[in-house]
Amino acid sequence: MGRIVIDKERCKACNICMSVCPKKLIHPSASVNSRGLNYAECDDKNHECIGCAICAHSCPDVAIVKVFK
Amino acid sequence: MEALVYEKPKCLKKDGAFTFCPGCGHGVVLRIIAELIDEYKLQENTIAISSVGCSIFLEKFFDLDVAGASHGRSPCVATGIKRSLPDKFIFTYQGDGDAATIGFNETIHTACRGEKITTICINNTTFGMTGGQASATTLVGQVTKTTPKGRKAELTGYPLHAAEIVANCDGAAYVARVAICSPKHIREAKKAIRKAFEMQIKGLGYSFVEVLAACPTNWGLSPVESMNLIKDNIEKVHHIGVFKDITSGEEK
Amino acid sequence: MLETGRKVLFKGNEAIAQAAVNAGCMCYFGYPITPQSEIGEYMSAKLPEMGRTFIPAESELASISMLIGAGTTGTKAMTSSSSCGIALMQEGLSAMVCAEVPGVIVSVMRGGPGLGNIAPAQGDYFQAVKGGGNGDYKVIVLAPSTVQESVDLTYRAFYLALKYRNPVILLADGILGQMMEPVEFKKYPYEDVDTSSWALSGAKNREPRFLVSLHMLDGEMEAITRRLFKKYDEIAKNETTYEEYMTEDADIVITAFGTVARVAKAAVKRARQNGIKAGLFRPVTLFPFPDKALHETAKRAKIVLDVEMNMGQMLLDVRSAVFGAAPVEFFGKPGGALITFEDIYDAIMKADKEIAQGGRV
Repeated sequence: MGRIVIDKERCKACNICMSVCPKKLIHPSASVNSRGLNYAECDDKNHECIGCAICAHSCPDVAIVKVFK
Repeated sequence: MEALVYEKPKCLKKDGAFTFCPGCGHGVVLRIIAELIDEYKLQENTIAISSVGCSIFLEKFFDLDVAGASHGRSPCVATGIKRSLPDKFIFTYQGDGDAATIGFNETIHTACRGEKITTICINNTTFGMTGGQASATTLVGQVTKTTPKGRKAELTGYPLHAAEIVANCDGAAYVARVAICSPKHIREAKKAIRKAFEMQIKGLGYSFVEVLAACPTNWGLSPVESMNLIKDNIEKVHHIGVFKDITSGEEK
Repeated sequence: MLETGRKVLFKGNEAIAQAAVNAGCMCYFGYPITPQSEIGEYMSAKLPEMGRTFIPAESELASISMLIGAGTTGTKAMTSSSSCGIALMQEGLSAMVCAEVPGVIVSVMRGGPGLGNIAPAQGDYFQAVKGGGNGDYKVIVLAPSTVQESVDLTYRAFYLALKYRNPVILLADGILGQMMEPVEFKKYPYEDVDTSSWALSGAKNREPRFLVSLHMLDGEMEAITRRLFKKYDEIAKNETTYEEYMTEDADIVITAFGTVARVAKAAVKRARQNGIKAGLFRPVTLFPFPDKALHETAKRAKIVLDVEMNMGQMLLDVRSAVFGAAPVEFFGKPGGALITFEDIYDAIMKADKEIAQGGRV
């Protein structure tokens, strides 16, 4: 079981994390950040995140600031 | 008990959000550099050289000493610093418009001198900051602001392959081209940049890593489409690989 | 290190190089160009054996950028070139002024424009003093007229560069560079400037520093430029240097810099022997220009005669300093044509005639 921490203010909604997440757990949020962007949000109700950190390594904005496993 | 497996690098500024466009490849590479600086405990010992283009604002992102250079001259500024302070870790962060176009002469001569510095060259085949004009590395057929109907070889020639040329300089210790277009590629990129850093730490010579990175804004593509363009298109022209590694005893 | 109490015979270019060595120059970066190539040659022999750095740079663009690199660490460093080579360095000069990076640039002028020729000239007064680089900026410019003064001003160039964190140009010409004269290498007379508050060294136990020349925030560049110009005021107040020779009662005041001033001095002596009240005003610092002193001297004169190996470059600064206190005449020769003693003496005689006829006042 893993967990990611997203700094929504750093997120620019490029959606790369969503495309690389092997479990497809990351989605655009319904609300917006101060840039007016639908930032990335991890929706992991079923605890599927494996803490692989692929999202963090692919994020061009270091918006995924922590990954736990 | 959950374990922390990844954390934002410490040498990145707390409030230094990147100012690049969404999906820009610069951010991934800066993060890799920051991770390696943390890992090798280089923060207090590093002087970074910022160049001209989107690669310029290092001092806004890193908690590192930064010297600025004019367009293309980063390797020279780095040379002056390294010769003054040989024990410091010196890297230049440049784009293809900088290191491979206006400053390619400087790049080559720095490599030939075997200057013990590291160059990370972001190649997005375009002048990003000025709005997407053709650079020396632009692909034949590629549409840019100055090749509106696609680069025509008969008019503006062929793309320059920086890494291959730098690898032919005797003073170069490690030369590679990597790409930021998939998780696997990003892992490979980090491996190459690590190797480049180690070359300098061991004092073996000049190290140069060219990184194929996306410029979604100027390519007119989404970030995810841009990553695919690198894989499907750019990599076919600017081949990825290690072109020189004096520690392996074999050259590709 | 040749810090002898006796005089030795030295070629100008080599004397400048040896003076730099004595001043503690740790790095020299340069690209050959006549008539100053001996500076690089001398450094290539001296510096490596002292454990210092000599790099034969790939271009003058590279030289000046390497100088910037060394300068950002507070290291004493130097480059040298001549006219068309200095032209290539303007990019770096403007950048280092903006980032407040110290460095010494030796400019040994030759004939121009273009590749011109390799004869001595003074056609790069504008290039050095007014700058060929972009933006509002100033470079400290020191103009020696003898080989001895080349040595002394090289020492001073290193000191001023670090003291004010600004590039300093030592502006010589091909005569000075190629001429041999007896010279004494005194000990470097200045104390070392503490650079620890700004130099780059890695952010250890302190906040990170950056020395860059791009400042995009609203108003940032204006504020920096205003600060730079306050510094220039300070430099003008503290460092303005000039030589006056028999100007106290002079009717004809010659203004000249560098080697031309030596020739002018001889012509002044001859004029005095013939009962003509001539004098010489020689700016040693071209920036800061000794405008107040020249104005005071011009007030006592009947005519100011500016003499240069160009078509009239310092002339503009002379006119603005004199500012109506006396009529300003000009005699010049461009393109590497030498100015002789007779040339200047004739110009003095012409000026004397003008005064006798009531002048052009």
